[in-house]
Amino acid sequence: MLEFLSDYTIRNVALGAALLGLISGVLGSFAVLRRQSLLGDTLSHAALPGVCLGFIVAGTRDLGYILGGALITGALAALFMLLLTRNSRLKTDAGLGISLSVFFALGVVLLTWIQSTGNAAQGGLDSFLFGQAAAILRSDLWIMGGITAAALAVVAAFWKEFKLVTFDPVFARTLGLPVLVLEIALTVMIALAVVVGLQMVGVVLMAAMVIAPAVAARQWSSRLEVMVLLSALIGMISGMAGAIVSALGRGLATGPLIVLAASAAVGFSLLFAPGRGIVWEMIRRARNRRSLRSQRVLTTLYRLAAHHGDSAYPSEQGMLDTYHGIATVSVMHRLQDRGLVQPVVHAPEPTPHWMLTPDGIAEAERILATLGKREA
Amino acid sequence: MLAAIFDNPSVMIVLTGALVGTAASLVGTFLVLRGNSMLSDAISHSIVFGIVIVWMLTRQQSGPVQIVGAALTGVFTVFLTELLVSTRRVKNDAAIGLVFPVLFSIGVLLLNIYARNVHIDQHTVLLGEIGFVWLDTVDIAGYPVPQALLSMGAMTLANLAFVILFFKELKLATFDRSLARALGFAPGILSYALLALLSGTAVAAFDSVGAILFIAFVIVPPSAAYLLTDRLWLMLVYGCAISIMSSIAGYWLAVSLNVSIGGMMAVMTGIFLLAAFLAGPRYGMIAQIVRRRSRERANECRTLAVHLYNHEGGPAQDEENVAAALHDHLHWDETRARHVLRQSIDQGLVVRDGDALALTERGRVEARAILEPWRQEAV
Repeated sequence: MLEFLSDYTIRNVALGAALLGLISGVLGSFAVLRRQSLLGDTLSHAALPGVCLGFIVAGTRDLGYILGGALITGALAALFMLLLTRNSRLKTDAGLGISLSVFFALGVVLLTWIQSTGNAAQGGLDSFLFGQAAAILRSDLWIMGGITAAALAVVAAFWKEFKLVTFDPVFARTLGLPVLVLEIALTVMIALAVVVGLQMVGVVLMAAMVIAPAVAARQWSSRLEVMVLLSALIGMISGMAGAIVSALGRGLATGPLIVLAASAAVGFSLLFAPGRGIVWEMIRRARNRRSLRSQRVLTTLYRLAAHHGDSAYPSEQGMLDTYHGIATVSVMHRLQDRGLVQPVVHAPEPTPHWMLTPDGIAEAERILATLGKREA
Repeated sequence: MLAAIFDNPSVMIVLTGALVGTAASLVGTFLVLRGNSMLSDAISHSIVFGIVIVWMLTRQQSGPVQIVGAALTGVFTVFLTELLVSTRRVKNDAAIGLVFPVLFSIGVLLLNIYARNVHIDQHTVLLGEIGFVWLDTVDIAGYPVPQALLSMGAMTLANLAFVILFFKELKLATFDRSLARALGFAPGILSYALLALLSGTAVAAFDSVGAILFIAFVIVPPSAAYLLTDRLWLMLVYGCAISIMSSIAGYWLAVSLNVSIGGMMAVMTGIFLLAAFLAGPRYGMIAQIVRRRSRERANECRTLAVHLYNHEGGPAQDEENVAAALHDHLHWDETRARHVLRQSIDQGLVVRDGDALALTERGRVEARAILEPWRQEAV
């Protein structure tokens, strides 16, 4: 295992994936909370023309130029979307879709243009579509690391401001904060995250890396501090897990594996996160339903007894079933375990009968009293 | 004659592109109006999953089975998204962005594992190859008809029939969903049918333009049409017209620049959108700016009328009601003052006598309408 991790390529890939998880986890938290999850999708598709332009300008597959180009066209796409939605009656969803598809189409056109000019160095450009983790070089890692560090530094420096803009932009404006500038900063930084992920998962799947770790982390905590840290952690772990599985398996693409790992984290969190988990809620509901059912059966017994003027009145099992429309045997046994009812024989009938114990009478009276209070 | 058409690759390619655009914008119109255009993004990505699954089951890469499979995949995607939203733990936009990457990833991984030798490679998934549609043909009545043209034609007809048959219901469900539900029109089923058709169209268009460029054909022409008209049927017609023009212009440009034909067609839809955004008759930027300017001008004329009215017959009349006062007292610059004055005189609000300015009867009415709006006067 250690030998495996010391492999040069695999170490690069795992490090790159960790960086990607870190930056997209942190910035994705803000995007998801601000209900801008799909912005990441648009920005990543819009990075394609930038990749091509960077290549055209540099003439080679120089990562610095390519990422610079991607950042610029990503920002332009976001700007274009804002322009469309602010100045016309198109809504956000249409704005996002238009930016995404038109910029991507422009990228396709540029890609085929580069191919038609027959530049020998263009071979690697395709890898930005789906990501090709194995092509990552040590020098690329430095660039990705630099971008990540810069983005994290900005988030740390303006933590309070970003938090306020995320949760209450109106209040932020009344405090005199430059809300528009802060929102633009958050948007541009999502473009930064996209840029880091391009080589790793490609433009198509980058959307998931912005959303998934943040949604997973959200289930575990309602505090922004904890959520961002968790999101970064989940992003890093799923990034590295996907990268390593891809390196182990034969010819499995890295991007989809990373995305599946992050999505698995979402599924697990949705189901099992303490407090918010769906499983816990289902258990809670089942328990409530059960306790409500035993309360109803108990009060039925009590009312029957009261109606007959006999506190030891034996109620027949079948009658209880009919009355409640369900099989009440299990309910009766649970009540018996709690010492609230006891089985009695009511000769000559062979069917089971039940009567209330003194504890059961007290409990039923308590339930009816609170019910009466609520009804009154 | 017909043979000449079917033997001409350019005509075939343009025709296929136009059909993709028409079929897509017929359904896309309703998506844009409902505000869930990004569902087309989700569906067009996740049909990759459907295509691979259907291929593994039936070894068919296209045709009716694939279209039905895609329709199911599309509905499945939307169902999963709504399921996530219904847990109330994930917002709608995040749910869309969570579901399709998963399906897409599984599709790509399955391709990696099982389907190394099929032609559905990752490249086709994204870009398609509309330039090659005329290579894969079937003989119909002795003419070589491209396979893609057939399936796109079928989908276009299906979409058109759906829109025409259910026009009233679609209109109602789009603009007033609660009323549609109250009247018993089952808007949910209608929208699932719409999304199933969209998915089928996506898979039929898959070979030609790929999954992502398809989004452009779904969203962009209807959006452009939305900026041009308020009538639903006109919006449908404009959307189709824009698609057809984009197909023709895109093909011509792509061939002369030697770049991706599908890509260029999609770019052209963007160009048309930009044109509608800038120069649309009512909602276009230019129209809006012109309208704002003319409102500003009208306001300035009214300001002048009020100014003159205030000082009419007063002690400072000789000082206030002169052309120079516009500059000194209202702080308008030279050109603005001249424009306003000319317009006011043209509209018959003000008359000029040398330097002095006087209100006409109409100008007086205008000024009083602002200063004493409770006094209703006939103009």
